[in-house]
This record gives sequence, structure tokens and C-alpha cells, in this order.
Amino acid sequence: MSARRLSISQPANFVLSERANKEINKWIKKYPKDRKRSALIPALWIAQKDAGGWLPELALRAIGDMLEMAYIRVYEVATFYTMFNLKPVGAHYIQMCGTTPCWLRGSDKLKDLLTRKIGEQNTLSVDGKLSWLEVECLGSCSNAPMVQISNSESDHYYEDLSPENLENILDELVAGKKPSQGPKNGRFSSEPLGGSIVLTEELYNKNSILKKLPNAEKSAKVNYYEWDPKAKRATRKGWIDPKRKANSDPKKRSGNLGRDLTAGLVDKDPAIARPKRSMSVNGKKAGK
Amino acid sequence: MVELLQDKDRIFQNLYGFNDWGLDSARDRGAWLGTSAILAQGRDWIIDQVKSSGLRGRGGAGFPTGLKWSFMPKEVGNRPHYLVVNADESEPGSCKDRDILRHEPHLLIEGCLVAAYAMQAHACYIYVRGEYIQERNRLDEAIKQAYAAGLVGKNACGSGWDFDIYMHHGAGAYICGEETALLESLEGKKGQPRLKPPFPAGAGLYGCPTTVNNVESISVVPTILRRGVDWWTQFGRENNKGTKVFSISGHVNNPCNIEEALSIPMRTLLETYAGGVRGGWDNLKCVIPGGSSVPLLPKEICDTVLMDFDALRENQSGLGTAAVIVMDKSTDVIKAIARLSYFYKHESCGQCTPCREGTGWMWRVMERMVKGEADTSEIDMLLSVSKQVEGHTICALGDAAAWPIQGLIRHFRHEIEDRIDNYRANKPVFVQAAE
Repeated sequence: MSARRLSISQPANFVLSERANKEINKWIKKYPKDRKRSALIPALWIAQKDAGGWLPELALRAIGDMLEMAYIRVYEVATFYTMFNLKPVGAHYIQMCGTTPCWLRGSDKLKDLLTRKIGEQNTLSVDGKLSWLEVECLGSCSNAPMVQISNSESDHYYEDLSPENLENILDELVAGKKPSQGPKNGRFSSEPLGGSIVLTEELYNKNSILKKLPNAEKSAKVNYYEWDPKAKRATRKGWIDPKRKANSDPKKRSGNLGRDLTAGLVDKDPAIARPKRSMSVNGKKAGK
Repeated sequence: MVELLQDKDRIFQNLYGFNDWGLDSARDRGAWLGTSAILAQGRDWIIDQVKSSGLRGRGGAGFPTGLKWSFMPKEVGNRPHYLVVNADESEPGSCKDRDILRHEPHLLIEGCLVAAYAMQAHACYIYVRGEYIQERNRLDEAIKQAYAAGLVGKNACGSGWDFDIYMHHGAGAYICGEETALLESLEGKKGQPRLKPPFPAGAGLYGCPTTVNNVESISVVPTILRRGVDWWTQFGRENNKGTKVFSISGHVNNPCNIEEALSIPMRTLLETYAGGVRGGWDNLKCVIPGGSSVPLLPKEICDTVLMDFDALRENQSGLGTAAVIVMDKSTDVIKAIARLSYFYKHESCGQCTPCREGTGWMWRVMERMVKGEADTSEIDMLLSVSKQVEGHTICALGDAAAWPIQGLIRHFRHEIEDRIDNYRANKPVFVQAAE
């Protein structure tokens, strides 16, 4: 653990925005009535976003009043959790993972770059737009090395970085552009580089099963009906056709809206040979 | 030849997010199928099935999930029951829960309903780590979809059981992955673990009976019940049944996440899916098989070891979260472990003295060992201090800080001694090869 204290220079006044108030009230409703305090961490996070990436003392007091807590309890939490910045940070705040899995894949080079480009940790760059910090594992270890860049709009993971990639990203951010998030070496997510060798065959799905649960004691039919809360009965309405295929245009699938799908599909290195699934180790084709 | 897991037997069919994460697509992959039939079988059936499947918790300790559920009081007294899902994945090396949250959220939500029903909980909180901001927004969207379809909420799935599910998040504290610290954090306090007993099943969240489970443990339950215990138990050895998502990172050609059956040989795992060790298998130096908290294994053991709870324990390590961190011969292994010591110093919550003081002390000594600026007798002193930290703290963070160092000294003592000798003889100590 490390000592974390509030900043010496504090703004003269600070008021939570209407939007932040509304959001915090939404969070409070998630917990039992006499347990408002549970919303503290999400509330502080919202306040931090509201205040430009850090928590002035007045914001802590505002949250304390909202949740009807003693201020000291709010300070306690704000100083304990490392994602709460107690001092001002750059408009784009870069958290670089330096823990062993990222270190093994060359996070030291990213560190050198950030030091050269921005300066020491926790200081603002010359133009005031950037600041950085080496943090502990961000949970993207098979896409190491990586950074998380937070600004007023987003908190994006940039993964599989090289110093050149990171430099480009920083330049784009400073120039006001929005570089696409995700892996930077042509991967889509956590599949192996060059494309997945699994999950390519026809998958187990509901077509192939299941009239009855295995090991069932009571007879309960597995039906392909959906429970309709309004009609209070099972109905076929709204239930999708088992043979229906997912939307052929990946851009139109609900989960992919607004997502940069080209990120994983370009820059494939043809030099990397990939075993075909049909040549799998046990010699027979899987999934049939 | 080892039989590899086939695609049709993988539970997380959208692990990489190549398909849509949303409800329609998840249903196409089999999620939410027969959930009402599962609930209709009753609580005892669900718990019995999970028990007989031999599912062991996927969060690190490997405690049998069904047994944990059966600790909950049989009757609901005047205090409500809670289910809490631990998605505070912060173990260095581990990145499996992230993929489940962002690509298969519906399996998790379905699992929450089944588990909560079995434990008679009306409310479930999913505690997502603070840094996973997009993942938690995705989970929130998925929860909304499930509410809109009547799958959770009042009369969930038509079972007559009211079930509410909420997403909660933390703010960057590794310690909140410990179950009681997680509960403290969920109550809006500092994440400092509580003494056990009382165990959470007796007095957990808000003093009410609570079960805390890992994301993966919960997410696999509906599929086990749907496809049957016999299907699940065909994978893995006795006492180590089922499939598991492995996160492979470090010096392999293609780091990745992959779902495989437990008890797969480590070498097969690395060479089949991760493209092998950089520079070939003979270039392997050591592997941390289960996330930063478990002792490393040198190549001689890695040649033959199986990836499951018992085999790794026999080799004085552990499966942990199945986060495989590979280091090749170019690695300065002392520095790698010193970096982990810094991690534990940084993440100690400061509650128990052996851990608060010990993690800092061990890190400072490790930093000197990296340079060789130490005395050989200090190796034994370090070992003895690490044994005094281990087991003398409220939670397991003290153990987790001590084990990597103990593993290093157990297997690479000669390297530390060489370095000290080199330093004294004014020779260059280890120069880390470039990445």
C-alpha cells in the first residue's frame, strides 16, 4: 500500500452536474434502502469523471452529503482505491501496465517512450494534454503489453502495443482524433495471432438437443417457448427460429454497433503459418 | 496422443467475440435454453447435480462449488440471502473473466439465476473490477436484455421466483478479489478482509447469508445441467473434472485465451494453442502455471506436468486461475519475481502487520537480489521471513506474496547465488535479453 493524500491546490468551488446527480441516484436504487453507502465507489467514479479526471475535496464532500455519510468515511475510500486520482491528471490519462506478464512482453519500452514523450509519471506533458502512470495488472495479459487511456469520453484499452503504435496513438489523441481501441497487431480480441484455430466448426446449439434434461427427476418439458411477462404464459411470440442465422453483416449485429470491426481483420501477417483445423492432432475432423 | 477438446464441447462458444454477444445470438448458441426446466427440478436437484459434477471453483482456491452452495441456510430466516459474483479479476496473468463478461454475458446471467434460485437468493450483485469499464457497460446492457425478455426480474423465466440482478463495480484494488474484502467494498468501505469465521454463508453482505462465486464457476453451471453431469465428467481426471479457460501470456509465440479440458499436459497446451514457446520448447526457462500467486515451475517439471489442481499441487504449485505465464531463457527470472513482489507490496491493504510490513521488506530485499547486492545468507533470511508472512494474515494475500519468492528460491537459488558472486567479483550481473 502507498500513502495517498489529497492535492494541496484545490478549486474554490465545485458542484456536481445535473447528469452526475441523476446517475448517482440511479446507483443508489440498486441497494437496499438503508444501504445507500454501497453506492459510494460508483458515485465517486461518476464524480471523478464529472470533475475532469480527478477528485477535488469538495467533490468528496458533495458525495458524502448525497449518501448521508461522514466525510471521513468518504476520504477513507477515496484514498484506498487507486483508480481515484487525488491530483489533477492530463486530459488523456494513460495507465500503463507494468506487472510481470506485460513486462515480459516489453512494457519497459513503452515506459521509455512515455517518459520521453510526456515526462515523469504523474506530471503533465508540456501541452498539458497528457499524463501517465505505471499501474498494476489491468487484466489483459494475453494481449500484453497494453495501456488504458482515459479521457472525458472513454476509457479504452489499447493492447498488443509496440512503442511505435503507442506513439501514433498519443499523437492522434493530442491532435484531437479518436484512435480505435483494441489490439494493435491485427488480432480481434484474445484469440491467437493470425486467427483462431478453435471455435470454427459448427457449434453445439439448441438444434441438436434436448427434449428432456439429463438426470432430471421431475418431468419438465424443455420448450422452445418464451415466457411472456405481460401475458403471464409461455408463447412462441418473439422466439427466434432455431435455424435463423445471425445477421450476415457483422456491423449490424446489436453487439457490434459502433465498434471498429476492421481492427481485427486487417494487417494479417501472411508469413505466419496457421495449422488448419482439419489437421487437428487427433486426426479427425472435430465437431461432426 | 492427447485427445483435444472439440469445439462442440466448449462452453464459451463466443469466447473471442466473433459472434454477437446479445440475447438472440446467445440463444442461438444454447444459452437460456431449458432454464425453466432446470428451475422446475428444484433446489436440491440443482445442488446435488453441481456437487456430483465435481465442479471446483474457478477463482483460484478450487473449492467445490456445490459444497459451497450447500453451506447456505436451508430456510430463509429474517435475513435475506444474497449471491455475489466475483468479477474482480486482478490476478496478474489472468484475463478469462473479461472475455466472459464482454462476449458471453448471458451465460453468466443465466448462471446467476440458477445459482440464486438454488440458494434462495432474490438478489445478486456482480462485482466487476473498476478498470473493466466497457465490460461492465456490456454486462449492464445484457442484464437489460434479460429483464426485457422476462428471463430475470419478477417471476424469472416463469419459475415463480423473483430475482433481481445488479452490476456493481470497484475502483482498482486487487484485494477486493478476496471474498470478504469484496463484501466490504460492496458495502462502500475500504476493501479490507474480514476475519473468518463467521463465514459469508453465515454472515456476509449486510450481515446476511451470502455466497461469493467466481464468474467462470457460475457461468458453466447452466451448461453442465443442460448437457448433464456425465458429459461434464468425461473431461479431466478424477477430482479435476471439466473444462477451464486458460489464459496464456508471456514468452509464447501466440498468447491467447483458450478453453480446454483440465488435466491437459502443459506442453500440449502451450504448443497446440499458443504457438509454442518463443525459440522452441528447449528455450523454456520456467512457467508460472496459475497466476502470479503460485510458485513457478522450472522446465524439468513443465515437460510432463498436467494442468489441473492436484497435479500442480503435487509439484508444490497450484492451478490458481489457470493463468499460464511463460518465461523463456532470456528472462531475468529474479527481476520477474521482484516485479511481482512490488505488485503485492502495492496491493497489500495494510490491515495485518506481517503482510503490510513483510511485502515491502521482501520487495526491497528482492530488488537488491536483482542487482546481486546482497549476502548469500540473506537468501535464507528471505525464505524464513516469507514463511513467517505465510499463514499469519487474515486473508491469503500474505501467502500469495510469499509463494512466488519461495518458488524462486526453491528452483533458482543457484541463479541468485551466482548473481551475488558476480556482483562481488565485479563481473557484469545478468543482462536481460531484449524483448
